[in-house]
Formats: sequence, structure tokens, C-alpha cells
Amino acid sequence: MYSGEGLMFPFDYLRPQSVAEAVAAHDGEERRYLAGGQSLLAALKLRLAQPTALIDVARLPELSGIEAEPGRLVVGAGTTHAALAECREIAALARLAGSIGDLQVRNMGTLGGALANADPAGDHAAGVLGLGADIHTDRRIIAADDFFLGMFETALEPGELIVSVSYPRPRRAGYAKVRNPASGYPVAGVFVAETDDGVRVAVTGAAACPFRLTQFEMALAGDFSVAALEGLGVPAGELSRDLHASAEYRAALIPVLARRALGQGGEG
Amino acid sequence: MRVAFTLNGRNVEAETEPRILLVTLLREAFGLTGTHVGCDTGQCGACTVHLDGRAVKSCMVLAAQADGRSVLTIEGVAAKGENGGESLHPLQTAFRDHHALQCGFCTPGMVMSGLDLAAHLDSPDETAIRHGLDGNLCRCTGYRPIVEAIAQCIREKG
Ligand SMILES: Cc1cc2nc3c(=O)[nH]c(=O)nc-3n(C[C@H](O)[C@H](O)[C@H](O)COP(=O)(O)OP(=O)(O)OC[C@H]3O[C@@H](n4cnc5c(N)ncnc54)[C@H](O)[C@@H]3O)c2cc1C
Ligand code: FES
Ligand code: FES
Repeated sequence: MYSGEGLMFPFDYLRPQSVAEAVAAHDGEERRYLAGGQSLLAALKLRLAQPTALIDVARLPELSGIEAEPGRLVVGAGTTHAALAECREIAALARLAGSIGDLQVRNMGTLGGALANADPAGDHAAGVLGLGADIHTDRRIIAADDFFLGMFETALEPGELIVSVSYPRPRRAGYAKVRNPASGYPVAGVFVAETDDGVRVAVTGAAACPFRLTQFEMALAGDFSVAALEGLGVPAGELSRDLHASAEYRAALIPVLARRALGQGGEG
Repeated sequence: MRVAFTLNGRNVEAETEPRILLVTLLREAFGLTGTHVGCDTGQCGACTVHLDGRAVKSCMVLAAQADGRSVLTIEGVAAKGENGGESLHPLQTAFRDHHALQCGFCTPGMVMSGLDLAAHLDSPDETAIRHGLDGNLCRCTGYRPIVEAIAQCIREKG
């Protein structure tokens, strides 16, 4: 009846009303959660996946809203990149969200979907890792440091649903990236933060999985300034090489981006 | 499955399948062919419509995701006058004034993104408008007249 019919494999569509219903609807294997669809629908169009059903979680009330708590900002997993970009609570996080893809992608794509998707060039990975956020799921709390396991691979169990992300408020933080001009994804992106628990520096887009730069963190712990990074570099060895950039170029970008992120340096 | 939503201010219903895209439903069930398909991969923005007031790419949204929500397409942008006539929206007039369209293929998507920007930007800042148009490709105009048309619309809203 419709001409688009041949495109995606057929699937059922479910829209549960609560987290409990959504998790119960997931069989752990053949079904998939659907949030903004900005990554999942692209994969389905390419027939890279064949789920039997999509469980739409975008409108679950438990996944919505941004709450300012003392010392923390708790962001519902269903929050769109656009809503986070408009939230002034943590400026570096707003800047990060506002740099994702384009207007239309930001209006649909969600924080939870971006984290679960774990694209090696995902912007949100740098934010959660750089701030040391906690990822709250339907069954437990996962520290950002334990969340990303590899390319498109996370610590989430089959059927586990991200409900919210709790970010500590930084004293100072910044995010800088070099955008791929076509997609907006970072060729490399660096998030720098000084929180009550110390300094954190996280890199996305440059390897299979986001990572922290402990050497940079130690240097900045005593002196949170561009000068403290003098002479520090990153070896190209483990970094990605692809059609967008060589490993050596990414290695050269990272210290530059760290300095730019520090330069924004303003209040969280 | 059945979907029901508000389309250009009217309550509508349609029979569809879960895998049918919103753009396909709009074009084929409702005959609203102003929403174009340029790439079908989320790159070009020709299929941009508003979902609950925000610009989205309707080739990257399932028709099922619009169920119970509000959709605005280019056909719903002009104000309906008496006698069935229509008067252009100020942004459409600005597009005409600035020669912001040539072949017109990108135009519906540009207007829908432009309306989102006009509603949410406080000032007609060129950098912000260009950043806001990252998701809309135009092969003809070179973008400058489109940016100027959106800037004029923002200035007019004061
Ligand atoms: C043109 C374009 C440009 C883009 N540019 C960028 C960019 O510059 N930077 C960037 O970071 N991203 C970019 N993206 C990706 C975008 O950020 C997506 O929004 C994001 O990756 C996925 O979020 P979503 O809500 O759309 O998730 P979906 O596509 O709906 O889902 C993605 C995956 O997450 C799972 N999932 C969804 N929600 C949850 C949940 N709450 N708990 C557990 N699992 C869940 C789904 O089952 C699926 O496997 C771009 C996308 C497009 C189309
Ligand atoms: S047709 Fe939807 S973005 Fe190109
Ligand atoms: S006017 Fe021809 S593509 Fe924009």
C-alpha cells in the first residue's frame, strides 16, 4: 500500500506507559527500545538489525524532565539534545548538546539513546565521562567509568533501560570538538572539568571507546590552566584512523582541544 | 495499526504499518507532497516538518511516533483567509523577497527549519542561523538569501 514498504524489515510497535511495563515488554533479545530513532532508524533502514518489535520509550514520564538538585543535575534519559542545549544549569553540557548533529536531530535524539548507542564519536560520552556522572537504569546505578566497554558496546544488560543521568555540578568545565562538517560528529572532542572530586579530562571520537587522559588530569589538578598542559601530548598508537582523520592528526588535535575547553573555563 | 494525530490543525486518522515513515504517510496517505524526500538517510532536511512545534526530519520518524501528537507541514504554514484563500506566512514572504529559492526542492524543509529558528532565536545572528541550518542542504542558492530571509523574519517579530 505504501511505497516505502520494502525498506525496513517489518516489526511490531509497542508504546508502554511506564518503565516497569517497558522492561517487562523487552524480551532481552529480539526487541529493541526506541527513543528518538535518530540512530536506530538509520540502522534499520540499512537492515543492520531485525528486531521483532520496537518499544517506544520516548514519552515515558519517568524518563522526562531535568531536575536541579543540590550539587547535581539529574537529566531524564528521554531528554532531547535540544532541551539539554536550552538548559542553562551546566553551561558546558548545554554547549555539548547544542553541538550535536543538526537542529532536527537535536529535536528528536535523546540522552539515553545516545548513551545506549555508544557511538565511538558520540558527544554525550565525553560529558558523562568528563563529569563522572552516574547512569541510573531500571535496575542499578552504573558509574560513567564502568559504562563504555568498546565500540557500540556498553555495560547495559539485554533489556536494561536507562532512566536518567545524574551529573555532579562542576566548579568549572568546558567542551571543545572539531566537527565533521557533514555529520557534526566529533573527529575528536575533549571535555575538561574540575569537580569536588577532582579534575577529569575525557576524550571522544578519537578511539573505539571514549577514554580519560590521566596525565592531563594530574597536571591540571594542581593548576587548572592552559599553562599546566605545556609539553603534554598524546601518543597516536591506540587512536582511530579512518577516512576523516589519521591517528596522528587526532593525537595533535587532543591537546589543542583540551586547551580550548579550558579556555571556556567559565562556571560549570 | 491505526494512528491518530493533529495534522495542520485538523484531527486525522490513518491505517498504517509500524515500519512506515512519517514522510511516507504524509505524502501517500494524505497527499501532502510538499514534504520532499531528498536522501531518505537523515542528511538533507528536505523532509523537515514540525512535530509538537519542533523541526524534525520526517524520514527519520515513524508514523507511529506521531500518534497522539501534532504535525505541521509546509501546507499548513500559510494563514487561511476567508473564501478559502491563503496569505503567506511572513517567513514565506521573506523567502520571496530575498530570492531564497531557485529550484525549490529544499524550500519546504528550509521554511520548516526557519520557522523553528525564528521561534527560538532571540536575535537574527547570522552564525546562529547558519548553525541552525546545518541539517538542510540547498544545491542552488548558496544559502545567503535563505539566511537573510530568516533573519528578516526574526527582526520583524521584534
Ligand atoms: C544526521 C545525524 C547527525 C548526527 N550527529 C551526531 C553528532 O554530531 N554527535 C552525536 O553524538 N550524535 C549524533 N547523531 C546521533 C544522535 O545523537 C542520536 O540522537 C543518538 O545517537 C541516539 O539517540 P536516539 O534517542 O535517537 O536513540 P534511538 O535511535 O531511538 O536508539 C539508539 C539505541 O539506543 C537504545 N535506547 C534508546 N533509548 C534507550 C534507553 N533509555 N535505555 C536503553 N537503551 C536505549 C535503542 O534500543 C537503540 O539501540 C546524529 C544522528 C544523525 C541522524
Ligand atoms: S529526506 Fe529526510 S533528511 Fe533527506
Ligand atoms: S533552491 Fe534548489 S536546492 Fe535549494
